[in-house]
Amino acid sequence: MKIAVCVKQVPDATVHKRLDPSTHRLDRSGEGALNPTDLNAVEEALRLRDAHGGEVAILSLGPERAMDSLRKALAMGADRAVLVSDAAAAGSDLVATSHALATALGREEPDLVLFGQQSSDADGAVLWAAVADRLRRPMVSQVAELTIEGGTLTGKRQTEFGYDVISAPLPAVVAVSDAINEPRYPSLKGIMGAKSKPQETVSLADAGIEADRVGEAGSKTTVRAVAPPPAKSDQVKLEDDGSAAEKIVEYLAEKRLI
Amino acid sequence: MDLDLTSEQELIRDTVRAFARERVAPVAEELDREARFPVELVRELAELGLMGIPISERYGGAGGDTVSYAIAIEELTRIDSSVAITVAAHTSLGTMPINLFGSDEQKERWLPDLASGRKLAAFGLTEPDAGSDAGATRTTAELRDGSWVVNGSKMFITNAGTELTWGVTITARTGEDEISNIVVENGTPGYEISGPLHKLGWKASDTRELTFADCAVPEGNLLGPRGEGFHQFLEILDGGRISVAAMGVGLAQGAYDLADAYARERRQFGKQIGKFQAVAFKLADMAVEIEAGRQLVSKAAWLKDQGRPFALEAAMAKLYTGELSHRVVNQALQIHGGYGFMDEFPISRLYRDQKILEIGEGTNEVQRMVIAKHLGL
Ligand SMILES: Cc1cc2nc3c(=O)[nH]c(=O)nc-3n(C[C@H](O)[C@H](O)[C@H](O)COP(=O)(O)OP(=O)(O)OC[C@H]3O[C@@H](n4cnc5c(N)ncnc54)[C@H](O)[C@@H]3O)c2cc1C
Ligand SMILES: Cc1cc2nc3c(=O)[nH]c(=O)nc-3n(C[C@H](O)[C@H](O)[C@H](O)COP(=O)(O)OP(=O)(O)OC[C@H]3O[C@@H](n4cnc5c(N)ncnc54)[C@H](O)[C@@H]3O)c2cc1C
Repeated sequence: MKIAVCVKQVPDATVHKRLDPSTHRLDRSGEGALNPTDLNAVEEALRLRDAHGGEVAILSLGPERAMDSLRKALAMGADRAVLVSDAAAAGSDLVATSHALATALGREEPDLVLFGQQSSDADGAVLWAAVADRLRRPMVSQVAELTIEGGTLTGKRQTEFGYDVISAPLPAVVAVSDAINEPRYPSLKGIMGAKSKPQETVSLADAGIEADRVGEAGSKTTVRAVAPPPAKSDQVKLEDDGSAAEKIVEYLAEKRLI
Repeated sequence: MDLDLTSEQELIRDTVRAFARERVAPVAEELDREARFPVELVRELAELGLMGIPISERYGGAGGDTVSYAIAIEELTRIDSSVAITVAAHTSLGTMPINLFGSDEQKERWLPDLASGRKLAAFGLTEPDAGSDAGATRTTAELRDGSWVVNGSKMFITNAGTELTWGVTITARTGEDEISNIVVENGTPGYEISGPLHKLGWKASDTRELTFADCAVPEGNLLGPRGEGFHQFLEILDGGRISVAAMGVGLAQGAYDLADAYARERRQFGKQIGKFQAVAFKLADMAVEIEAGRQLVSKAAWLKDQGRPFALEAAMAKLYTGELSHRVVNQALQIHGGYGFMDEFPISRLYRDQKILEIGEGTNEVQRMVIAKHLGL
């Protein structure tokens, strides 16, 4: 079975996130890390590969240094990494990003495409839907348990009220939640071995992606202005002198929230 | 000149950092309180290949460089010293004599279990009457009928008595003016291991007193040529100092992390205490010293990786980081006020764990002697 995992390099959790006022884009100059739920997607891919055989390819669209983060997936055990990186792709919105990934995936022809449920920076939780739509493949999101048997996947999907159990034929697209597994730590052996695994950085042209369909040119979104969220006005500060709980209840009642 | 870590070294740092935060931090307080050796954590560390970082892959190690090893020890110590010294003593003191001085046959026989962390090893140099003056070893080993018959005792030996311990390499007098290193496996008749010693810090680390009474080990347990023990242990200590120096940086960084967080959270006189210049300046001074110490450790480790002489730099790094961790943990506790004196606050554990960094693997005074000697004084 051929599994592709789409991953994103995001600013490390310790980095203070800011929007660059001149480009209106997220400042990505600080330390990067692999998006947290993408680790769950990688882990799930490795388990499926170990159970069913095949290979795990890691795919990302991002700046060249995103390869440092992809290498973590290789250290965990993935077989190879492909990074689509091109100055012309900077500024890609959802429409453009999903086009680029769908085109790259179309060439890979995986049986299963795994995504993380959502990125910790842009937080859209929607890219997988756009990619699945472009590929015309079934899609299950928020998956907390995944099994594959004879060309059919079954995903247990977390909802507000319990679980939906959804089956779909392969090839398919799945977005996993962080409840699906506990991602392994890369072992030292894995880390040392990662450098000898195939790591390709390809341009848009190499990947067969038309430059005018990605980047600012291919984006349907225009960011007109960015501003910090307005300061919250209606704040009450309580010093806990033993009566804080009572005061909180009073406050909530007054606001008719309870 | 390039001061960046390689992407591999960065990945090792990030992995050990995450492991320390997620796996070690939640149990560190309990392990310390119960003075319980962290056998489960050692098994997990072994699984990740962290019990034999600088040992060749040929013998089941990770084949990593000294810089990576130092980074791993720093990151572990940042969270907990007992776990860090367990790894460092096993690697630099327990496994290294065999790795450096063992014959091919000895390495094939012993290293795979040690480098993979399935078993732990100790190094027994210190004796009740031979501490800083380690050459004054009184333990004797006499060759009789194809066996070394060992008599004597060893003091304060790390990792000697855990359920994972395989054995110990000891220095022993094998002649009038002759010291040799000999391996004694656990379970050898005549080799007795005391109960765990009770300590101020490093409480979850295993420390024992060892006695040998007509303890006969095979002649083939001699490491390297007979009579080379003195030079061998000096070489072991040179390398070991890099890991203890990395512990100094890690402990200081851990203390800094706690103090920094506390200074942002604690309010007095209507302000975060970190807004008082007296507190902010303490943190600034700590940050400077830690960075300086880290550079000294990196330099010593890098020199070793280049195959260049590193003993002077290792001693400098060990001395400086031992003393800087003392200053930093002291100020970090000061910033915590009375809460820092309470067992529930991790800074109190770091405070207790710090002192030994100025004593083990050569006291501050001994480091100064080593440095002065290198300077030709
Ligand atoms: C005007 C505009 C400009 C933008 N410019 C940039 C830019 O210059 N650089 C930039 O990085 N982002 C940019 N973005 C954000 C980018 O479009 C989104 O990150 C992208 O659409 C994915 O959405 P998300 O991050 O919300 O992912 P989600 O939908 O939350 O992510 C779900 C999953 O999708 C996968 N995934 C997400 N992103 C990628 C990726 N790039 N490659 C492979 N897999 C991925 C991961 O598995 C992730 O867990 C821009 C957005 C806008 C609106
Ligand atoms: C928790 C712990 C773990 C340890 N683990 C190990 C281990 O795994 N293996 C091992 O072999 N050892 C181990 N040791 C022993 C450690 O290395 C020694 O304690 C250390 O070398 C100091 O020796 P000592 O305690 O005998 O002190 P002493 O040598 O008696 O020193 C007492 C004081 O005198 C000073 N002093 C001594 N000589 C001089 C001099 N010439 N000039 C100036 N000052 C001097 C010292 O600096 C010190 O301040 C461990 C110790 C501890 C506490």
